[in-house]
Amino acid sequence: MIRDITLGQYYPGDSPVHRLDARTKIIGTLLYIIELFIVNNYWGFVIAAAALFAVIALSRVPVKFIFRGLSAVFIIIAFTFLLNLFMVDGRVLWHWKFLTITYEGLSRACFMAIRLVLLIIGSSMMTLTTKPIELTDGLEKLLKPFGLIGLPTHEIALMMTIALRFIPTLMEETDKIIKAQEARGADFESGNLLQRAKSLIPILIPLFISSFRIAQDLALAMEARCYHGGSGRTRMNEIHFGKGDVVAAILMVIFLAVIIASRFIPDLF
Amino acid sequence: MAFIEIRDLVVQFTRISEDGSETAGKKAIDGIDLDVEKGSFVAVIGMNGSGKSTLAKCLNGLIIPTSGKVLVDGMDTSDDSHIWDIRRRIGMVFQNPDNQIVSSIVEDDVAFGPENLGIPPEEIRERVDNALKEVGMYENRLKGAHMLSGGQKQRIAIAGAVAMKPQCIVFDEPTAMLDPKGRESVMRIIRQLNSEGITTILITHFMNEAAQADRIVVLGKGKVLADRTPDRLFSDMELIDRAGLELPPLIELREVLGLSDSIMTVEDMISELKKQCR
Ligand SMILES: Nc1ncnc2c1ncn2[C@@H]1O[C@H](COP(=O)(O)OP(=O)(O)O)[C@@H](O)[C@H]1O
Ligand SMILES: [Mg+2]
Repeated sequence: MIRDITLGQYYPGDSPVHRLDARTKIIGTLLYIIELFIVNNYWGFVIAAAALFAVIALSRVPVKFIFRGLSAVFIIIAFTFLLNLFMVDGRVLWHWKFLTITYEGLSRACFMAIRLVLLIIGSSMMTLTTKPIELTDGLEKLLKPFGLIGLPTHEIALMMTIALRFIPTLMEETDKIIKAQEARGADFESGNLLQRAKSLIPILIPLFISSFRIAQDLALAMEARCYHGGSGRTRMNEIHFGKGDVVAAILMVIFLAVIIASRFIPDLF
Repeated sequence: MAFIEIRDLVVQFTRISEDGSETAGKKAIDGIDLDVEKGSFVAVIGMNGSGKSTLAKCLNGLIIPTSGKVLVDGMDTSDDSHIWDIRRRIGMVFQNPDNQIVSSIVEDDVAFGPENLGIPPEEIRERVDNALKEVGMYENRLKGAHMLSGGQKQRIAIAGAVAMKPQCIVFDEPTAMLDPKGRESVMRIIRQLNSEGITTILITHFMNEAAQADRIVVLGKGKVLADRTPDRLFSDMELIDRAGLELPPLIELREVLGLSDSIMTVEDMISELKKQCR
């Protein structure tokens, strides 16, 4: 089950989207997220969704692969949808016992759900089409200016590389610890919130201990492989801007203009 | 001059108590002299805590001797100015396959060492491809490391060492956490690398793996108990008992059947048994 999670997973390929510079994709994704919050009517979402589908088609990442790892996230979205649906006051649309759906609630719930879905699929397109190492290299380069004021950019990028690498390992470790504790009769599923939080302690402590062991082992392994900080390091795949990035930048500007314009057209409903 | 020369090596850890005071702990290595020739295949065996891993870490300067000397290609590991020259000559593969892979994607991890050496991109690409082919993982180069089996991860770790073009690789119990299939594939690669001229130091607690080396060094309590060829070691039952070791299954069978000491391989055993049956 843990092996199926696609959030933050790379889908190897050689599409125009894969070939873009990681920096372009990071900026593009950030821009897309901001644009999703600029949108104020359904036309904007139609345009944003169309753009996203164009990127997916261009990337040749199977739609099934994108959605496979997101089921857990969609549960959260469904939850916020319901929360919005029943919690907003306004003109009553439907009423049954203590449950009330208002016109405003429905519209807010749909709005938020669409926004979140687009946001998550949009940002997972970045991680699906970019190798983690390119992503962190891109980030390192984008942060370069802050290096002048003392931000340890190489170290931040390395930390992210290692974090991305060890998320699956630690998840497997957690799985193992939970099974081991359950086999000894531990109960993680009943009791009130406080009791449940308490029952997590026997999971967190072994997890901490194994993280320290991993850190110790990994530091040795890195030293043995001549790691001595960022100076004098080269890269196998030096990232650089190409023609595709220029095209992408132009498209991104046009898209921004269209999204802003969409605020001024009358809404779909 | 041998490729690795160890002279009167002592490693003593310091014990730091809760109030911060330091006292001398036990000696993990207690006076070792050892030479390793270029291209040779040396196995190191011994009980848990006998100092095998500590010895391994002394070879590339991960641990600096408390006293004595370790010379690699004539360079002293305690001399800071040579430390990177030494580490690029001696690669290292550790026991836990998970805890030595730095990058998520296989080929990026293999590139980590050469990148640290500051090698130009095109050459890194070439080295990574060759190293991955060497360990039979080229087809998996774009996979996530966490999707691989333990044996495959260990092969990636070996490729990571190979990509640095070392003259020697030290393996610290590389098969301890693997299943029999993974163990066999890793051993096959170790033999292949050695046959290509890479000096090989294999720490193991599997006697049948140690039996494949040219020479076996037995450690006990930080000292060298024996340093001899596999056939001469496995015919010395008294020493085997004293060092707390077991015989490889094949040798054990030979001893139980009371057959000749010259039988060292499965083929020897088969032909001997055929002869006896006739
Ligand atoms: N970092 C350390 N600090 C203190 N003692 C250590 C450390 N590493 C190893 N030792 C001790 O040194 C001895 C040898 O350990 P090690 O070289 O790991 O043995 P082996 O690999 O043969 O099992 C053991 O008694 C161990 O407790
Ligand atoms: Mg050890």
